[in-house]
Amino acid sequence: MQKRLVLDEGQIAITLRRFCHQLIENHDDFENTVLLGLQPRGTLLVDKIVALLQEISGVKVPSGYLDATFHRDDFRRRDLPLKANETKIDFLVEGKKVILVDDVLYKGRSVRAAMDAMIAFGRPQKVELMVLVDRKLTRDYPIMPDYFGVRINTLTSQYVIVEWKEQGHEKDAIWITEKDKS
Amino acid sequence: MSQLSTKHLLGIKNITENDVQLILETAANFKEVINRPIKKVPSLRDITIANIFFENSTRTRLSFELAEKRLSADVVNFSSSNSSVKKGETLVDTVNNILSMKVDMVVMRHSSPGAPHFLSRNVKANIVNAGDGTHEHPTQALLDAFSIKEKFGDVAGKKVAIIGDILHSRVALSNIFCLQKLGAEVMVCGPITLLPKYIQSLGVKVELDVKKALQWCDVANVLRIQLERQQIKYFPSLREYSLYYGINKKLLDQLDKEIVIMHPGPINRGVELSSDVADSEHAIILEQVQNGVAVRMAVLYLLAGAKN
Repeated sequence: MQKRLVLDEGQIAITLRRFCHQLIENHDDFENTVLLGLQPRGTLLVDKIVALLQEISGVKVPSGYLDATFHRDDFRRRDLPLKANETKIDFLVEGKKVILVDDVLYKGRSVRAAMDAMIAFGRPQKVELMVLVDRKLTRDYPIMPDYFGVRINTLTSQYVIVEWKEQGHEKDAIWITEKDKS
Repeated sequence: MSQLSTKHLLGIKNITENDVQLILETAANFKEVINRPIKKVPSLRDITIANIFFENSTRTRLSFELAEKRLSADVVNFSSSNSSVKKGETLVDTVNNILSMKVDMVVMRHSSPGAPHFLSRNVKANIVNAGDGTHEHPTQALLDAFSIKEKFGDVAGKKVAIIGDILHSRVALSNIFCLQKLGAEVMVCGPITLLPKYIQSLGVKVELDVKKALQWCDVANVLRIQLERQQIKYFPSLREYSLYYGINKKLLDQLDKEIVIMHPGPINRGVELSSDVADSEHAIILEQVQNGVAVRMAVLYLLAGAKN
């Protein structure tokens, strides 16, 4: 299978640091800000951002995991239903500035479902979206990220894979691969 | 696996261990949903569910209705007491008439064992058995297993004693199948007249002495004496039953360990359980009721999830 490297470990580290500085610039002391990692692949990223923000600014920003499985628009339309993951949010988002965090933005449907799921925890003051990879020109919904690591052109016949050392990979890396046709 | 191996939930006996595990895992997600400020998700908004109850029910019907509404399904309720069943309409005709109004799923309680199985062969809809006579009550067994898992972290290796009227209990049978699939040890305990003759062939331990059963188990699931199903006398009096099989605080204090008390409801206070036990910290009866909504949401969600 053909694989093309999008970001290597060093570039990902720079990107995460840039995210933190952008957040500090826009959210000041994070008094009214929370971060939500989208299940399943945004949770590790949100943990990394929270840890790095604490290292850089000394502030521990409240964070949680949000699962949007029950809010998806493809229920009963997929061959196999998606398995739900844990939602872990021990605060209300009422009146808060919420930053949704995910690894890859593709069609925008997951983010739409996530915004729907988030409303169950209150009416936020503002919602922003942070993604490591923005696959441009593939959107089904009018959703754009406020913060992105890299913006790339991809085909629907391709996958974008984000690998983390914490998940057993040798190095942090982001790849583009062709979908297996077999 | 993210899909059940069946289109209907007719009983626990015919579903796989993977099915049970998937339902319990999904129920854990729904338990979180029903504790949110907004307890509703839109998953079943294009689904209509008919709750067809040919037998009395409070808890189960309310629990199913709440589960359906929390999943955003449209719900119609039907009870046989004020319906055309009284005019002689057959079960299949009744249900087909309801289905012709574009109903996708049927939740049915019926006094005849096997009624939902019969229905599943004759109508085009997902059928959920909400109790069929003395046969099975699968969602009750699933919520009991979920409650045990929630309390102990796992069901495997736990010792569960089912105490009371085993003979007339669909809860007992479904619980035995469910707990065994999940790797628990099961004991039944009750007066010999209220234990079915074949019960040992299901691989359960049988005990007639309630004290020994309580001493053996980690969890006691106490069942109600089902007087409405008893045409003959199986024991001399409720007072005598209570004396020999009723569980009270004094009895629990005599044990050299703490056990968890469960009851599927409705409780006959002072008969199978004394109030000081039913309301104690040992009892997880109200947790069972809350878990019932989450488990039923999981069952409906997973049954509806298959692509049509």
